[in-house]
Amino acid sequence: MTLDATPDLTCTDLTKRFGDVRAVDNVSFTVPAGSFFSILGPSGCGKTTIMRMIAGFLEPTSGDISIKGRSVLNVPPNKRPVNMVFQHLALFPMMNIAENIGYGLRRRGMGKSEITTKVGDALERIGLPDIGTRKVDELSGGQKQRVAIARCMVLEPDVLLLDEPLGALDLKLREHMKVELKALQAAFDTTFVYITHDQSEALVMSDQIAVMNQGVFEQVGTARDLYYRPDTAFVAGFVGEANRWRGAITRIQSGEIEMQTPEGLTLRGTMTGTAPAIGQQADMFLRPEAINLAADTDGLGGAQNVLSGVVTSLLFNGAASRIIVREAQTGADIEVTLPQSGAFASLSKGDGVHLGWQAAQANCFAAGEA
Amino acid sequence: MRDGTRLGFILLLTPLVLWLTLLIFIPHVDMFLVSLRERVGVGQYDTSLANYHTFLTEPLYLWTFLRTAVMSVVATVITLLIAFPVSYYIAKIAKGRLQSTLFLMCLIPFYVSELVRTFGWMILLRETGIVSNLLQWAGLADQPVEMLYNDAAIMIGLVYTSMLFMVVPLVTTLESLDDAVIEAGYDLGGNAWSVTREIVIPHAAPGIVSGSIVVFMLSLGNYLTPTMLGGKDSLWFTELIYSQFIVRFNWELGAAFGFMLLFLSSIIVWGMLKLTGQTLEKTMG
Amino acid sequence: MIPSIPQSRSLRALYGAYIALFFLYLALPLSVVAGFAFNDSQFPSLPWEGFTWDWFFGDTRPKIGVFHERPILRAIGTSAFIALMVSILSVAVGLSNAFLFNRYDFRGKGVLYVLMLLPLVIPGIVLGISILVFSSTVANAAWDAAQIDIEALRPGLVLVILGQFSFITTIATLVISARLQKFDRTLEEAALNLGAGRLTAVRTITLPYLMPAVIGAVVVAFLMSFENFNTTLMLVGSDAPLTVAMFDRLKEGSTPLLNAVSLLLMLGSSLLALAMIAFQRKK
Repeated sequence: MTLDATPDLTCTDLTKRFGDVRAVDNVSFTVPAGSFFSILGPSGCGKTTIMRMIAGFLEPTSGDISIKGRSVLNVPPNKRPVNMVFQHLALFPMMNIAENIGYGLRRRGMGKSEITTKVGDALERIGLPDIGTRKVDELSGGQKQRVAIARCMVLEPDVLLLDEPLGALDLKLREHMKVELKALQAAFDTTFVYITHDQSEALVMSDQIAVMNQGVFEQVGTARDLYYRPDTAFVAGFVGEANRWRGAITRIQSGEIEMQTPEGLTLRGTMTGTAPAIGQQADMFLRPEAINLAADTDGLGGAQNVLSGVVTSLLFNGAASRIIVREAQTGADIEVTLPQSGAFASLSKGDGVHLGWQAAQANCFAAGEA
Repeated sequence: MRDGTRLGFILLLTPLVLWLTLLIFIPHVDMFLVSLRERVGVGQYDTSLANYHTFLTEPLYLWTFLRTAVMSVVATVITLLIAFPVSYYIAKIAKGRLQSTLFLMCLIPFYVSELVRTFGWMILLRETGIVSNLLQWAGLADQPVEMLYNDAAIMIGLVYTSMLFMVVPLVTTLESLDDAVIEAGYDLGGNAWSVTREIVIPHAAPGIVSGSIVVFMLSLGNYLTPTMLGGKDSLWFTELIYSQFIVRFNWELGAAFGFMLLFLSSIIVWGMLKLTGQTLEKTMG
Repeated sequence: MIPSIPQSRSLRALYGAYIALFFLYLALPLSVVAGFAFNDSQFPSLPWEGFTWDWFFGDTRPKIGVFHERPILRAIGTSAFIALMVSILSVAVGLSNAFLFNRYDFRGKGVLYVLMLLPLVIPGIVLGISILVFSSTVANAAWDAAQIDIEALRPGLVLVILGQFSFITTIATLVISARLQKFDRTLEEAALNLGAGRLTAVRTITLPYLMPAVIGAVVVAFLMSFENFNTTLMLVGSDAPLTVAMFDRLKEGSTPLLNAVSLLLMLGSSLLALAMIAFQRKK
């Protein structure tokens, strides 16, 4: 991977308003050359709007988009050095596969024999050398996917945009295509900008992920950053699974807080951002796998939070198996991941267990509207 | 098949078969047989090709036949050229209320009798008509202008009368073209011309074919428009059929004409389907 | 091209102007027909002699209005009768055809389907003369064999109805088939599963679902019959339906009476069409 000085894509103060609605609100980011950048967010967060502005199908209300350091605002979509893999792929059903892949080359006025060679190379590269004369609807979902990417890649774009292209595939194929997309990106050594609402797609493939909500970027960072050090309550809740409590702050001590939920649980966690005053509301997020499980309190070592309860459900899911524990005092439900060691493999409904975790593992945020 | 479904099958099949045999198949065979008759005396007939011979050797008949065919093709092409941008606008550019209103505005005129529509053009185009008056008022003409009773008037009437049958299939096929496919065409470097040629038109092909077939058929078989807008010398083939049947009472020759018309329309429809690789089921059904 | 693709302002304006011009072209003949129905003159042409209702309600010569012109009223009645018969017949057969093609697989189905479509590509005038020729063949044969004169087989109402029925049935079949194809068969299976018999399931589940299409087919058939000219012209007997009656008058020269009739026709058919569309929207 080569990282040269000018980023492939830079968006500066990008804003798009539809009437009174700010679909994209003052978003700025840069994507270094050769990297895989994802925009992750729930539907309606504005990620598709950003992508369509980059492709040229929407005009920004204000702000700038530049590719390889040059603004493309006044460049029509058919002249921009970006190509797009559409959500439903938009392969041309009236053409065969080779004609689909050669379409952009024909637009550039390339000679017939050269197009044939290039299309052949591209088909080779996506591992489907013999499908050139087939029709679009004769291909499987995964094959179509690869053809859609090849159709863009023969044009050697500076940036490839991908608009939730895996959404239509079934689960098994989606898992497979995640790995394959990442491999294709490495093979073509091109900058990918990928939008999705599926966090696992973003986490697995991306070098950088922007989490988007209501028109703004909540956080930009690596998968690890987002997962372990979320900047905002929205990120903590959206990326990965978490137990979530809201309560009033009762004590603040060098980044750690203690809070009390309305049901009467007292919990300790680490504050992100400036802590509000005592008595104000805070949200606490705790990953199910961050909780230690023990048959008696001794097994929890010196955990800062210790609770006990009864197992109410066993959610078996292989390595990601969980239990739901009803806390003894308040009756609150807590999700806990079963340890991989198999130590609790014989746990059954109704068993009493003890839970414990360190304050550093629970992320707290001042309660906002998120 | 079980007995119950077998009975149902027969009950459903009967009306279809009766309709097609008694009203379509046998009448056409009978018409063909009549066209092969030659009157040799009072109530006496021979089987011969005399009527077809008459058709082929009388220049007026042949000329009218060819003229009708060519004018119908021209009317079809003009209708397609006018309707395509309009249909594209309705299907792909207009959105929501505007879209349904425009579509409805295309439909409504055609629920009105063709006679009324043609009557409208007569009021507009005749010597004392609106257009003539307008031209005089604007100083473009210094005396009444007769715009009826010529081929252009027939063409205007035919195109007008057939418009709906082009617009509806075109709008339907164009609507089914995903916007993303057009965007993909641009994204990969296409421009308005190449996207239209390589993506929009191939996609709309079934609609173009079915619209063209219907418009061609309607023009070829039209009697009202050529008679009223083209006047006495309009030379439309259906007028020959009418006069042989109703005026001259020469059914044998009239049937031969009818058969030639049927033959011509079938050949052109078949050719159009073959040329574009479509089937009747796909374009009409 | 489409709204998401930037385009120069002048090109867009040009396109818009073309669309406006097109709709002007569509509206022009109908508006002049409607307008001159109110001209207080013997001829539906300029100059404008002032506004009058006489062509609708007048009862003295030379301005006898539609509502006092017996031949026209009778022709409207004839047309309505023909249209009613044609729509009942063609929708009944169309419904049967739709079920046949949708529910049964049999040898020759494809061929039969193409045959069913054929009336659409046969010129109307040819349909008319072929039925005329055949019916007279049958009538003559009956006369020769048994001296029976079958009045129904001579040009007249019955032949007009049969002639129109012969191609309108195809349209009714297509309209109903289109909706039947979208019907989810499992709904019928659910009804069977809940204890309905096969016919009951069709009656209580499938037919109500098809209703909008059936009503649509009735309206379309009615309007097509009402305005049919080519086929009718060849088969018409002594009582002419409206289009033929108006055609005969138009050949003699037009008065604004014809404009008034036309305006009523326009109002009637657009109301019917709009009512149908509204009904289908509601469904």
